Amino acid sequence: MSLFKSLAVKPWERKGIIGGLRPEGAFDTSPEKVGLSYFLVIASVVFSLFMVSYVIRMELPDWQPLSEPGQLWANTLLLILSSVLFQWTRNIVSSDKPRNLMTAFFGAGLFAILFIAGQLMTWGNLQEGGFYLTSNPANAFYYLLTGLHAVHLLGGLWVWSKGAIRLLSGAEAKDLRLSVELCTLYWHFLLVVWLILFAFLANT
Amino acid sequence: MALAVVIFLLVIGSIIFHFASPWWFTEIAADWGSIDFTINLTFWVTGFVFVACNLFLAYCIWKFRQKEGHKAVYEPENHKLEIGLSAITTVGVIAMLAPGLFVWASFVNVPDDAVQIEVLGSQWQWQYRYPGADGQLGTADVLLVTEDNPFGVNPEDPRGQDDVVVNDPELHLPLGQPVQTLLRSHDVLHNFTVPQFRVKMDLVPGLVSYLWFDPTREGRFDVMCEELCGIGHFVMRGAVVVEPQADFDAWIAQQTTFSETQNMAAPNVAAGQAAYAACATCHGQQGEGNQALNAPKLAGQQPWYIERQIQHFKDGARGGDGDTYGAQMAAFANMLADETAVRNVAAYINTFPDTPAQPTVTGDVDNGYDIYDRNCAACHLDNGQGTWYNDSPKLAGMSDWYFVTQISNFRAGIRGLHPTDDYGEQMVSMATAMSDLEEIQDVAAYINTLQR
Amino acid sequence: MAYVPLADQDKEMEMHHPHSWVEKYVWSQDHKVIAIQYGSIAVFTGIIGLTLSVLFRLQLGFPESVDFIDPNFYYQAVTMHGMIMVVYFLTALFLGGFGNYMIPLMCGARDMVFPFMNMLSVWTFLLSVIILMASFFVGGGPTGAGWTLYPPQTAMEGTPGHDMGIVLMLISLAVFIVATTMGGLNYAVTVLQYRCRGLTMMRLPLTVWGIFVATILALFAFPALLVAAIMMLFDTLLGTSFFMPAVIEAGAPLDHNGGSPLLFQHLFWFFGHPEVYIVALPAFGLVSDVLSTHARKNIFGYRMMVWAIIAIGGLSFIVWAHHMYVSGMHPYFGFFFATTTLIIAVPTALKVYNWVLTLWEGDIRLNAPMYFAIGFIFTFIHGGLTGLFLGNVVIDLPLSDTYFVIAHFHMVMGVSPILVLFAAIYHWYPLMSGRMFHEGLAKAHFWLTFLGAYAIYLPMHYLGFLGVPRRYYQIGATDFIPASAQDLNASITIAAIFVAVAQLLFFVNIIWSLKYGKKAEKNPWGSASLEWQTPDLPPKHGNWGDELPTVYRWAYDYSVPGAHEDFIPQNTPETVEPTVDEEHFDPDQDASKADI
Repeated sequence: MSLFKSLAVKPWERKGIIGGLRPEGAFDTSPEKVGLSYFLVIASVVFSLFMVSYVIRMELPDWQPLSEPGQLWANTLLLILSSVLFQWTRNIVSSDKPRNLMTAFFGAGLFAILFIAGQLMTWGNLQEGGFYLTSNPANAFYYLLTGLHAVHLLGGLWVWSKGAIRLLSGAEAKDLRLSVELCTLYWHFLLVVWLILFAFLANT
Repeated sequence: MALAVVIFLLVIGSIIFHFASPWWFTEIAADWGSIDFTINLTFWVTGFVFVACNLFLAYCIWKFRQKEGHKAVYEPENHKLEIGLSAITTVGVIAMLAPGLFVWASFVNVPDDAVQIEVLGSQWQWQYRYPGADGQLGTADVLLVTEDNPFGVNPEDPRGQDDVVVNDPELHLPLGQPVQTLLRSHDVLHNFTVPQFRVKMDLVPGLVSYLWFDPTREGRFDVMCEELCGIGHFVMRGAVVVEPQADFDAWIAQQTTFSETQNMAAPNVAAGQAAYAACATCHGQQGEGNQALNAPKLAGQQPWYIERQIQHFKDGARGGDGDTYGAQMAAFANMLADETAVRNVAAYINTFPDTPAQPTVTGDVDNGYDIYDRNCAACHLDNGQGTWYNDSPKLAGMSDWYFVTQISNFRAGIRGLHPTDDYGEQMVSMATAMSDLEEIQDVAAYINTLQR
Repeated sequence: MAYVPLADQDKEMEMHHPHSWVEKYVWSQDHKVIAIQYGSIAVFTGIIGLTLSVLFRLQLGFPESVDFIDPNFYYQAVTMHGMIMVVYFLTALFLGGFGNYMIPLMCGARDMVFPFMNMLSVWTFLLSVIILMASFFVGGGPTGAGWTLYPPQTAMEGTPGHDMGIVLMLISLAVFIVATTMGGLNYAVTVLQYRCRGLTMMRLPLTVWGIFVATILALFAFPALLVAAIMMLFDTLLGTSFFMPAVIEAGAPLDHNGGSPLLFQHLFWFFGHPEVYIVALPAFGLVSDVLSTHARKNIFGYRMMVWAIIAIGGLSFIVWAHHMYVSGMHPYFGFFFATTTLIIAVPTALKVYNWVLTLWEGDIRLNAPMYFAIGFIFTFIHGGLTGLFLGNVVIDLPLSDTYFVIAHFHMVMGVSPILVLFAAIYHWYPLMSGRMFHEGLAKAHFWLTFLGAYAIYLPMHYLGFLGVPRRYYQIGATDFIPASAQDLNASITIAAIFVAVAQLLFFVNIIWSLKYGKKAEKNPWGSASLEWQTPDLPPKHGNWGDELPTVYRWAYDYSVPGAHEDFIPQNTPETVEPTVDEEHFDPDQDASKADI
């Protein structure tokens, strides 16, 4: 039943069990995924509001655009690889005969760590070039947005590391399934956020 | 049952309260009767709804309270009724909103014949700038602000040279001349409000906001700051004087232009020295002060403050009833002929070496610190040096007994209540931070520690 | 992974049954215990907020004779009072307290979806409160920048608590947002995924609807506060210029340039206005259920009530700048925001009509919860109508930043939600404690609170009409405020002290009744909704005994013609109690059908 239709029913006229076992209107997925989606909405709102602030602040006269370091292209590639590997891991854990699970799972985490290391390097380079946090609002936004993104990724890596420990202590593929599915969704989300951020930072 | 009666009585009581109340908008003094009309319209519409809804509520409680043998009616909804009620509400809302938007449009669009005047807010004072003969205000920037250029007027801008700068919280306006006030702030948010004019707007550092009005009534009205701007928010007062064009012209002719303030001749220290001879008897050759003669230390005090206080003694703003020693001082102050003479003396005093006065007051330094740090430091600064920007004199190393006397005077209403002593009036309010003589001495004792 | 319906996995559902006292009452994962913990912490901060208000009211009422309040403390007290009441008291109590208690019970669930995260939420909330309270003890004290925390003054010399106080405030808010997010995630997912068999969204009580929509609002609103807090922390601690323009402090320019104070205000109110409804919508929901139960009538126009909740929630995101009419933003915004603001009056008015119409032709039981609920209708009508003044942009010109604003928002989001809180606490007290409260004390509490609050806020509107500005430590001498205004202020202070002291009756009542109250029988109010149908009173851990309930009808089957009693619980099968199709049935007129 569509949203509008279900809001238009007269509940006092409908008696008896409705909707079978699943409560009508519930999502056909696990509560964990609904929970993660809820969090992703919040994270999206946070990033969007930062970008709105960025645009508003940009229009004030003291703004000096920052030329983004070329290394960001390489970092982007690392994050894409990480996301792709997570997708692969996800396919592995859903398949009947899991193979290469270790490679895919650890590869995904490794590339994410490399991405963060790469981001830190760009920070270092910017500092050396005299682009400090307080020099200009464009710099401040750059550090703030990339930092916030990295913090989100670190949160994901924490969940990933718990999975890694379980995997090393002999957990089977199916036990990791939910955790891998959630991570994959989260990684794709962070990749999309990064691509938007990057496009945004590079074009302003 | 009791509830129904009480709600009924509350409705009746509210109506009586309204009609018996002497508390309503102050008499309007600008051409914004349309705002008052919108308020009255809204008041009567909402007042009617308030009475109707609550009387109906009281009736329902009384009529349908639980009784033996009575049962509730079963009625899940009544769509027609709900839609009808919503429609009536919508009509009422439109009736209130539509005139409001029209009036807002006239507030947003400034008439062409309005003159522009700048209102400048800073912690915690009002200052004003008039465009001068060319009718245009020069550009200004907060980064150009100095003691000699408190408005931050751009000295390169030719339009700014003839701007009339009023470094005083009193604004003068000609009657019946629409005015657009351009609002600027040098530090935090402020809000320019004259209740009689009905309109208000924030001053935001970094941008220029505006409002406009057409003064229609002569008089002197309060200017209030109505956006929290720090601890001195409640003492940030000014005044606006609405007067006939001729009086206004006479007033503005006496004010100084920006270029005059920039090209003022340096004070004549030698002349000041000559004039100081009369002062030296009490205040000492080097302005070191003499408690026995009730003469405070002057050396080290900021010249602008000395000038202002001498002027107050000359005007009778200080040294009035209850201030015996102030009255003595007023007699001496009147020996200085004019502003130039005052400036000269202040400039001479400024040449004295500043050695801290001997402490004479003892008290609880910790408590003094607590009070000072919480309330006084905002203007007089952590080190007690004071600053022209906040109109705060130096306290550290000055005569502590004089501090005690003056704070007591502020608290007793002996000093600071004269209408021209705007800055003293602020101290009258702030001095309440010290509740008794003991606390005043505590603060004095703490200030004494600031020199070491 | 395919979704396994809750009702099917119930048997194998793992309950974290507590083993020790500490697990049961401290590190508890039971939503009911967490609700009480949330509520207690919130009430504790609320008492501090109330005490602060009495202190600064003393200064305002008797400026000459109150010596111990200096300007510095006054500004700190009003700031902390505002922030505590809005965020740490009302938001936490409605969402953390009632959200936690009611949602699983009203949804027929055993607990929240993520009980561990729920526990984490309450402890994070406690941490945020501790950080907030710590600011009273650091050098410079808590921030006195006003609860709106407008830059640039928050970080400048002339503002109380501009060094550590503001930093702790911002950190505490950020931590609070983390806590609310963890809680909100639980509430939303539980409502969506954990409803029991047969419980459609349109069968939910309005309490759940109110809390659910408030949670969705929090989802979009709190990030704005978080973003603003992070950027302000950067400005304060690291010297960036997001919000800080070039300004002068004590005669010398600060090391900031070009920031936009208005940007902060936009972010703050993009959070701040929905925040009003994060408090109001749960209150709307709770009061609807109390009114319906004690009027022995279904809530009138349930569907419109749900739509109104959703509409108000949606509209609340496009009205924020009505707090900024005189902020110096582009004045053309005024047209848009005045219009949206007054549109929101329509669904809100409809809710009021429907509450009153619920009483119409009802069988009203005038007990203490009902007193508070009806008191709410009165104060909410008052507060809602004064909102039409401030929302209409030109009227806001003379009235903004005066006591009219204070009176309006205290009426609409102070007194009104608090009356609902009391109504709800008394109404559900038997469920939570298994005991009845003392009716006489509760009614005495009502009279003092209700009449006292009106004695505070009705005259306060008139101070606003006079033009008395808010946030003034002293009014001092003016030419437009008559001396009699001070009498008004003194009487307001006296009323405020009365109301504050009257709250002791409430605490005495709930604590005394816990031990000595009459034992409550099962479903003492004859309520139709699910939370009263648990096998035990108060419900045990897991709520539902061996088997989850099944729901056959909506939550408002009161005085249904032909039924045995004047209510039919939600979990009564339609085969047991007959159905009706009448749109309007009056038992007095049609006696033949009234009792079958």
